[in-house]
Amino acid sequence: MKDSYDGPILEIDTLSISFFTRLREIPAVMDFSVKVMPGEAVGLVGESGCGKSTVALGVMQDLGKNGRIVGGSIKFKGRDLGEMSQEELRKIRGSEIAMIYQEPMASLNPAMKIGKQLMEVPMIHRGSSEKEAYARALQVVTDVKLPDPARILDAYPHQLSGGQQQRIVIAMALMAEPSLLILDEPTTALDVTVEAAVVELVKELGEKYGTSMLFISHNLGLVLETCDRICVMYSGEAVERGSIEDVFDEMQHPYTQALFRSIPLPGADKNARPLRAIPGNFPLPHERPQGCNFGPRCDYFQPGRCDAGHIYMQDVPGNERHATRCLRFQEIDWQAPMEGGMTTDKPEPGRVVLKMENLKKYYEVAANALFGKRGDTKVVKANETLSFEARESETLAIVGESGCGKSTFAKVLMGLETATDGQILLDNRNIEATPIEARDTQTIADIQMVFQNPFDTLNPSMTVGRQIIRALEVFGIGNSDSERRERMLQLLDLVKLPREFAGRMPRQLSGGQKQRVGIARAFAGNARIVVADEPVSALDVSVQAAVTDLLMEIQREQKTTLLFISHDLSIVRYLSDRVMVMYLGHVVELGTTEEVFAPPYHPYTEALLSAVPIADTRVKKKSIVLEGDIPSAMNPPPGCPFQTRCRWKSEVPGNLCETEVPPMRDVAGGHQIKCHLTDEQLATMEPVIQIAAE
Amino acid sequence: MALFLLRRIGTMLLTALCLTFIVFWLTNLSPNLEKLAKNQGNVRMTDEQVASFLQDRGYSQPLPLKYAQWLGVAPGWVIEGRDGTTRSRCNGVLEDGTIPEDGRSFCGVLQGDWGQSTVFQDNVGSIIATRLGLTGKLMFWVMMVMVPGALIIGVLAGMREGSRTDRSLSTVSIITTATPEYVSGVVFIAVFASTAFGLRWFNGSATSAMEDATFENFTLPVITIALYGMGYIARMTRASMAEVMTAQYIRTARLKGVSFPNIVMKHALRNALIAPFTVIMLQFPWLLNGVVIVETLFNYKGFGWTLVQAAGNNDIELLLGVSVVSVFVVLVTQLISDIGYVYLNPRISVS
Repeated sequence: MKDSYDGPILEIDTLSISFFTRLREIPAVMDFSVKVMPGEAVGLVGESGCGKSTVALGVMQDLGKNGRIVGGSIKFKGRDLGEMSQEELRKIRGSEIAMIYQEPMASLNPAMKIGKQLMEVPMIHRGSSEKEAYARALQVVTDVKLPDPARILDAYPHQLSGGQQQRIVIAMALMAEPSLLILDEPTTALDVTVEAAVVELVKELGEKYGTSMLFISHNLGLVLETCDRICVMYSGEAVERGSIEDVFDEMQHPYTQALFRSIPLPGADKNARPLRAIPGNFPLPHERPQGCNFGPRCDYFQPGRCDAGHIYMQDVPGNERHATRCLRFQEIDWQAPMEGGMTTDKPEPGRVVLKMENLKKYYEVAANALFGKRGDTKVVKANETLSFEARESETLAIVGESGCGKSTFAKVLMGLETATDGQILLDNRNIEATPIEARDTQTIADIQMVFQNPFDTLNPSMTVGRQIIRALEVFGIGNSDSERRERMLQLLDLVKLPREFAGRMPRQLSGGQKQRVGIARAFAGNARIVVADEPVSALDVSVQAAVTDLLMEIQREQKTTLLFISHDLSIVRYLSDRVMVMYLGHVVELGTTEEVFAPPYHPYTEALLSAVPIADTRVKKKSIVLEGDIPSAMNPPPGCPFQTRCRWKSEVPGNLCETEVPPMRDVAGGHQIKCHLTDEQLATMEPVIQIAAE
Repeated sequence: MALFLLRRIGTMLLTALCLTFIVFWLTNLSPNLEKLAKNQGNVRMTDEQVASFLQDRGYSQPLPLKYAQWLGVAPGWVIEGRDGTTRSRCNGVLEDGTIPEDGRSFCGVLQGDWGQSTVFQDNVGSIIATRLGLTGKLMFWVMMVMVPGALIIGVLAGMREGSRTDRSLSTVSIITTATPEYVSGVVFIAVFASTAFGLRWFNGSATSAMEDATFENFTLPVITIALYGMGYIARMTRASMAEVMTAQYIRTARLKGVSFPNIVMKHALRNALIAPFTVIMLQFPWLLNGVVIVETLFNYKGFGWTLVQAAGNNDIELLLGVSVVSVFVVLVTQLISDIGYVYLNPRISVS
C-alpha cells in the first residue's frame, strides 16, 4: 500500500489556521501552501511566532481545543486529512506521519521504559507481537547509533543524556517507517557537536528509508545542510518558496534578504562589514498591518501599493517552483550591495585589566546527595588551570559546549563562587577569594553581567526605570533621586530604548527590548568588565544582530572589556578579538580570532567548527562528526579530556593521550593549544571552512 | 534500599520517642495529676493529702525518670508510702515490702505493659487492641470506598479538562469536601435513618456493627467519612491528571497513534498518580482522628471514641497508649508512602 502512490506526499493548499480566544480570532497561519514530494526534504524557516509549528500541528490535525483550520486543505498522499475521522487519523499518526520534537526530555514519558515506548508503535499499527516489536526496537535503536541498545531499551528517559534522548525520539518516529517525518526544531536543545551528529543521522536515515521530511527550524544553516527545498515564513504567511539554491542565492523577497543580512556569515566583520538588523518589531498576530505584513520593516516599501490589499504568492518567471509574496520583486535589484554599512575603526586594545592565573574551581559533591556519609564525596573539576589576560576594549570570547565550565568561570569571576586555587587579578588586586558579599561597591560595579535569558532576569513587578535606578542606588551613583533618574534616562538612550520605556513593565517589552534593559543595568555603574553569558541565544535571529551591535557600540564608547560566553561560533567569529575554547573545564585553545579559526586547530576546535551550520551555499565544510557525548565532569576521562572523542588520537604515539594531560604550548605568537600532537602534525591540518571561489 | 529503610526506621523511632515524650509531659502536668488524685482517692482531699497520694504512687518522681519507667528502660518504682503500705509500679501493692520471686522489675511500653485504664478498669493494651480492631474495620471500608471512587472521579474529570464531565464531577467533589462530617453525618441520619423523610434505609446507630457489620448499619458511617476525603483526593487527582494530559509526552503518544483510552491508562495514569499517592497515604492518620466525630456520632465504640473517653476522663495511661499508636500509624504510613513514591516515580532513586 505504501508504494502504490507516487504523487506528492504532502500537499498543503492555501491553508489558514486560527486560534480562537474569548476576545477574538487570532489567525496563526494564512494562505499557506507547500508541497512535499516523495523523498524530498522541505525546510520551514522563520522566527518564533511566525506560525511554522502551527503548520506542523495542523498537518498532524492536533491543534488543541482552540485551534481550527479555517480554510484550505492538507492532503496526505492525495487524501484530505481534514475530512478523516479520528479513527483514520489515529492509523496515520505514528505509522505514516511521524513527528520529532524540540525537547526530547519532555516528549518521552518519564515513567515508562524506553523499550516499552518504542515497542508500542509497531504493536499498535502492525499488531506485532511483543517479541517482534522488541526485535524491531532493538534494530532501530542500533540504526540511530546508540551504544548498547539492549541496555538502553531497559532504561528510563532520565537515565540518558540529551543527545541520546533525541536519538530515541528519532528512533520512535522511525519505528513504523513513516512516509513523512515532521521535525520541529529537533536540535535546538542540543549542543553543537551533538546537533551535528543528530543532523547527520537524520539525513542518513532519510536516505536509507526514503522518507520525506518537513524540517522546521529557525536556523538557516541547518536547513541548508538538510533540505532540498525551503519555505520562508513571516508572520503567518509563506513569503518565499523555492529550492535551496534559488532562495539562498537568488532570493526574491525583502524579508529573506534582510534575514540573510542579519546573520553573521563568514566574511562579516564587526568593523568593516557590520551586520544589518531588521528594523522594528515582529507584528503581533492581531496587529498585522494591511497588505504586506513585512511592509513596515521593509526597505523597499512603497506606500499606497504595498499596503493596499492582500498580496498573493507569485511564481518567479522562468522558475515555476520558486515563488515569492512580493509585489515589487521584479523591480528590486537583488544583486545591489548592502548599503549604509557603517564601517568603524578597530579600537586598539589598551592595558590589561583582568588577569587569570591557573584558576581552579573544584566542587565537592556528595556521592549520594540525600544520605551520603561524610568523606564519601566526589570532586567535580569545573575549571582546571585557567590562565588568560583581558585588555581594555577587547572582546574575549569563551566558547564551549554545556558542561565545559564556562558558566562556573563566570560565577567565580563575579564572586558568586570563590576559587579553589590560582588567582584573579583585577587591576593587580586579587579578587579570587572575595565572595560578592565582601566585595566593595566599586568592584561589583566594575564587573557586571548580561544574562542569557532576558525573560527571567527582570523583576516582573517593577518598572524598567525603577530597576535601573535600583542598580544605580546599589552602586552608589548619583546624589539625589532626580540625578539618578536623569542618569537612568541617559542609560535608556545608551541602549537605544525610547525614554517612555522607563515607566513600562517588563511584560510589555519584547525579548530584544528586555535584553537592552539588561544591558543598561549592567552598564549602570560604568562597568569596565562585562560578562555576557550567551546574551543573544534566546533571541530571534533578526534581533540578535541589533543586540550584538549595541554591545559593540557601547564597548567602543566606554572601552569596556567584554567577556562573551557563547557556543555559537558564527557570532564569535563576527565580534570577538580573541577566542578561548574550553572543553571539560580545560582551556584547549586560546588565540586571536584569526588564529583560532584557521589551522592549526586543536582537534576539538576543528570538530566544533565543522559542526556549526553556516547559511551560505558557497561554503564548503569538512565534515567531522564527533562520536558520543561529552563525558561527565563528575567522571572525566584520564589524560587529555578530549581523548574519548578525538579523531587524531591515533597519530600520537603510545598511550600518551590516555595517561597525561597535554601541556599548554605556544604554536605561534600568543596562539596556545593544549594537545600532544607535534608541530608537524598540526601543520598538516586543513582548513575546515572554505569559501568556494565564485 | 535496605540501608534506606534502616535509616528511615531509625529516624522514625527517634521521632516517636520525641513525640511520646511531649505527650507524656503534657499528660503529667501537675493539674492533671491533682485531678487524678482527687478522682481516685477522695474529691475533698487536702493539698497535703494529694501530695502524699501522688508521692506514694510514684507520680512525684522527676519527669525523665517517670518517662523512662513508662517506656520500660528504667526499673519500675518501689515506694514505701507514708501510710505504711509498700507499692510498686510493676507488682502492685507488696505485702511484705519486697518484690516477689516471680515479679518483674521493668514494666513499660517496651515490655508490653501499657498500664491500667482508670475509666475502663482494664488493661490499656487490650482496650487499644480491641478498639483499634474496630476502627480498622471502619477504616478498611472507608478506604475501599474512598480511594477507588476518588481516583475514578479524578481521572475522569482530569482527562478532558473543562469538559462537561469535568465540571460536574468537580462540582460534586468541591461540595463533598466543603461539608464537614458533623454536618454530612447529621444530614445523612436525618435523610436516610429518620422518619423525617420516611426513607429509613439505614440504621442511625452503628453500635451493632461492632459485632456484625451489615450494609444497613455500616453504610452511613463509612459514607460520611469517605465522602469528605473523596472530594479532596479527587481534586488532587484531577489537577494532577489535567496537568499530565497537557504534557508533551502525551502529545507524543497521541501523535504516535495511541488511542485515547490507552493514553489515559498506559501513559497518563502512572504519572498522574504520583501526587495523589502522598495525599492518600496522609489520609490514614487523618482518618484516625477524623473518626472521632463519626464514631461518636454513630456511637461506634472504636479508637476515636476511646480517645474521647480517655481525654474526657483524665485517663492518663489510656491517653498515652492512644497517642503512641497514633504516632506509629502516622510514621508507618509515611514510610509506606515514601517507598511507594519511589516505585511510582522512576526518577527518584534511593540506592
